[in-house]
Amino acid sequence: MSWPALYTQLVGANRHSTSLGKIWLSVLFIFRVMVLVVAAESVWGDEQSDFVCNTLQPGCENVCYDQFFPVSHIRLWCLQLVFVSTPTLLVAMYVAYRNHKDKKRLMQSSGRAGFLSNKGQEEEVEALKKRRLPIAGALWWTYACSLLFRLLFEGGFMYALYVVYDGFQMPRLVQCDQWPCPNLVDCFISRPTEKTIFTVFMATASSICMVLNMAELAYLVAKAVTRALCGQRERRASRDRTQSKTNQRSLVST
Amino acid sequence: MNWAFLEGLLSGVNKYSTAFGRIWLAIVFIFRLLVFLVACEKVWGDEQKDFDCNTRQPGCHNVCYDHYFPISYTRLWALQLIFVTCPSLLVTLHVSYRKDRERKHRLKHGEDCAPLYDDTGKKRGGLWWTYFFSLLFKMTVDAVFVFLLFYIYEATFFPPLVKCSQDPCPNVVDCYIARPTEKKLFTIFMVVTSFVCIFLTFCEVLYLCGKRFAECCRGGSQPMRGNSFMMTRTPLTEKPKVAYNGPALEKSKMVDSGNGEASAPAYSIAVS
Repeated sequence: MSWPALYTQLVGANRHSTSLGKIWLSVLFIFRVMVLVVAAESVWGDEQSDFVCNTLQPGCENVCYDQFFPVSHIRLWCLQLVFVSTPTLLVAMYVAYRNHKDKKRLMQSSGRAGFLSNKGQEEEVEALKKRRLPIAGALWWTYACSLLFRLLFEGGFMYALYVVYDGFQMPRLVQCDQWPCPNLVDCFISRPTEKTIFTVFMATASSICMVLNMAELAYLVAKAVTRALCGQRERRASRDRTQSKTNQRSLVST
Repeated sequence: MNWAFLEGLLSGVNKYSTAFGRIWLAIVFIFRLLVFLVACEKVWGDEQKDFDCNTRQPGCHNVCYDHYFPISYTRLWALQLIFVTCPSLLVTLHVSYRKDRERKHRLKHGEDCAPLYDDTGKKRGGLWWTYFFSLLFKMTVDAVFVFLLFYIYEATFFPPLVKCSQDPCPNVVDCYIARPTEKKLFTIFMVVTSFVCIFLTFCEVLYLCGKRFAECCRGGSQPMRGNSFMMTRTPLTEKPKVAYNGPALEKSKMVDSGNGEASAPAYSIAVS
């Protein structure tokens, strides 16, 4: 399993997304995954080997590094990207379940009718796989839930990063007095400015993704409300039409 | 996920570009991305390890390196290459949106109705503006990154010796940069190719505006001769696609058999 494999999975599910969802996928893979892989990983590559403490006490550097970096930024971001991508698979699972149900129904109806040839059946099944389901009904709820989960995960991981590292800035010097360090020891982090720049960049990209998700959720809700109102109006109009028809018939008969 | 993924996405953009755009893409792939991958990353590979300071003070080396290299050149160029290639994807996105609209229109009104667009890939109307803004964005990104390079490093590219007096270094400490001449050469090369790309994009903007102006004067009734030229592919632009075949590109090629050869199957699936 690797990033390209995840991309292939998500692209398949993306067929049933809105335009905002497609933009979100592009931002995710180009500005977050790619930047993480081609740039950020090399910045954090030497984080422990170049974490230098002003002491000769064996074990002090290890202990201080562990105190200030309980989880590396890179690992946190990888986890965040994996968690944030998985709700889309909910939609893919629902679509697969719908296709399976419809395929079963198709097989049953063709079995009863008995006149559809094998080739005709295969074409219908292929058309089923290639179709694009409208975002309505149960798919709407699945999609909305996946958006909510995405927002939760994004927010959760950003908050976790902020809390664990006390902000998005990386200091040059940290002071450590964990055992076995004698007294208070100065420890110097490698490339703090570059790390701060990339942390801010990834936090910004994460915020942009959150804004896109919120906009997509608002769009879905607005679409559902408009559909409900239009449906109500149509029902009222058809009720009025049938009412007027029965009135006319009663007038004619009298 | 690596540069092959980006190349896979961009190889489909050629279909909708002008001749200048294709030359630009070839220059970006061959002279910037390829050189960056095979040379720059190796030259800068040992940058912190071989940044030697004449001191035994722990932490002084880290602090001096951070002071003189707030962000590594290779990271700056990686970001520049990612940002400069993305606007082209906007154009692909717009074309996919048009194709989707056309498909929905045909579904609604039947196969024999009048199409919404004569050719979804032709730069008319909204697509012209998307292409135009993508060119402006590319020029701006390149210019901003070149400016950042000069501003951050104060145009003193790789003196062999730098003097550092940051805390905790005692007094003034001499620090030596690894491979300064080689780094200087590659920096000059990357800056020059950035300027060439800015110039090409500027020419493309003038060409696009001139063509539009000429069409407006003529009344826009006759189709341009240049259209058939736009749809052909040059050998230069095919080379990068053949040389690099990332797993994502190959996998998606299996899935998308309907589109033309020149499209980036992975991206068109993503947006369709």
